[in-house]
Amino acid sequence: MSDVKKIATRESYGNALAELGSEHKDLVVLDADLASATKTGVFKKAHPDRFIDCGIAEGNMMGVAAGLAAAGMVPFASTFAMFAAGRAYEQVRNSIGYPHLNVKIGATHAGISVGEDGATHQCNEDIALMRTIPGMTVICPSDDVEAKAAVRVAYEFEGPVYLRFGRLAVPVINDRPDYKFEIGKGVVLREGKDVTIIATGLPVSNCLEAAEKLAADGIEAKVINMHTIKPLDEELVLAAAKETGKVVTVEEHSVIGGLGSAVCDVLAEKAPARVLKIGINDVFGESGPAVELIKKYGLDADSIYEKIKKFAE
Amino acid sequence: MDKLKLMKTANEVRKDIVTAVHSAKAGHPGGSLSAADIFTYLYFEELNIDPQDPKKADRDRFVLSKGHTAPGLYSVLAERGYFPKEDLKTLRHTGSYLQGHPDMKHIPGVDMSSGSLGQGISAAVGMALAAKLRGDDYRVYTLLGDGEIQEGQVWEASMLAAHRKLDNLVVIVDNNNLQIDGEIGEVNSPYPIDKKFEAFNFHVINIDGNDFDQIDAAFKEAKTVKGQPTAIIAKTVKGKGVSFMENQAGWHGKAPNDEEYKIAMADLEKAGEALCQM
Repeated sequence: MSDVKKIATRESYGNALAELGSEHKDLVVLDADLASATKTGVFKKAHPDRFIDCGIAEGNMMGVAAGLAAAGMVPFASTFAMFAAGRAYEQVRNSIGYPHLNVKIGATHAGISVGEDGATHQCNEDIALMRTIPGMTVICPSDDVEAKAAVRVAYEFEGPVYLRFGRLAVPVINDRPDYKFEIGKGVVLREGKDVTIIATGLPVSNCLEAAEKLAADGIEAKVINMHTIKPLDEELVLAAAKETGKVVTVEEHSVIGGLGSAVCDVLAEKAPARVLKIGINDVFGESGPAVELIKKYGLDADSIYEKIKKFAE
Repeated sequence: MDKLKLMKTANEVRKDIVTAVHSAKAGHPGGSLSAADIFTYLYFEELNIDPQDPKKADRDRFVLSKGHTAPGLYSVLAERGYFPKEDLKTLRHTGSYLQGHPDMKHIPGVDMSSGSLGQGISAAVGMALAAKLRGDDYRVYTLLGDGEIQEGQVWEASMLAAHRKLDNLVVIVDNNNLQIDGEIGEVNSPYPIDKKFEAFNFHVINIDGNDFDQIDAAFKEAKTVKGQPTAIIAKTVKGKGVSFMENQAGWHGKAPNDEEYKIAMADLEKAGEALCQM
């Protein structure tokens, strides 16, 4: 897939914000000294008067965003996933979640694809943390097209939204004329009757590649891009599980509490099926180039293919 | 409202506080009573608000950062006519809208949900910032506990407030000198409080927070300040107005029993009668 266009979803985030900012004067962007990394710098350049750098104080940033929302503005509070969901968890829960304020949290640098910075900055727990907050919408786009659409839809949506973006450039896979982003509606990217792969974020494109390899072995995999983890598209999950009997979840996140757990929650109650959870196996990450780490932690197309082949046979 | 009327109203607010907490069999009377005069001044004198239109767009905002003193806020809101006084007796009861800590979704007049210490001031900064960004001229007030300022987030928020020159923001510290574990100076001293806010580029005013003349002067002075936020450090008496609660850390978060309730109300009745003689 070397000739495919690649863009990091954090770039999409910054670009979408700058664009939306021109259309909506009530949109404000907050950051915590990471504007060049989260790409909110693009917004800052276009709309300097509505960019608020809170400095290195993420807890306060979430509270300030809550106050801006309470006063009728639409703030996008941005920092790394580690600090948005991790450090500021309680501020997000109590100052944004509990009063259900209209704050959008743009969390970049999620997962191990942060790369060289290592474990302290590789957040593999944010989906788990955010989806436990009542009323929080959790979105993890898979590419540039989806990320930009998600930012736009999040702006239009009333209520708190957690948006998860990556640092690493990923292939554009959703560039088609009929593409439409709907919160809570998974997208079937490939039909198949033998096994269902439900993936979110960065590994979605790798799952498509893995599905092609499986097909060569006579295993037809249905591939679902689950860009919204909460609210989860239960209907789609249940139908797919009933159709294929076996389900694989793939995420750049801990296997504890993320997409895999969300899918298992639904299936265990309503349509028990065998599930293989592919993700970070309850370990911290480490330093290294992102692409190498993705391979080492089993989220590249080959690793996904191998695991599913064993599981599906 | 003249000073005597404010004092009488504050005395009624104190009765409401004690009654609500007694009915709830739980809650925080000490810090509600210490701040009762400030609550009263804000809602009867200072704030541009309309109890008939609690969400009025250009209203002044108040955030109770020390959210555990919700009985104080609810009592003054009820006295001001936001909701019936009888409802105060449902405080903390299952199914009541009067939650243990302020809940903006369900309580008329509450501008921000709060209670986890250190967070309310950040929301207040956000509201003040929104006014500046849009050119609105409403003002924002937030009340903090002196123990609360041990939270690092208070200083994160203060740094940003001054950096952004939020002269539409007034931070009030209820300096009653006591927190759950004892005297604030013994637990983990935040003193000197005024010097700390000064160092964060606030305009600082020290007052006796149970004296309406000084409260009045402080809020008037705050309105004249340009280019920086104001911090009013209000020295108060925890449990003010109830003899056995005054200056007792033990009454931070405890409800009076029936016997104690009678004594407390008798204290306040007596104070009320004395005010009527003035």
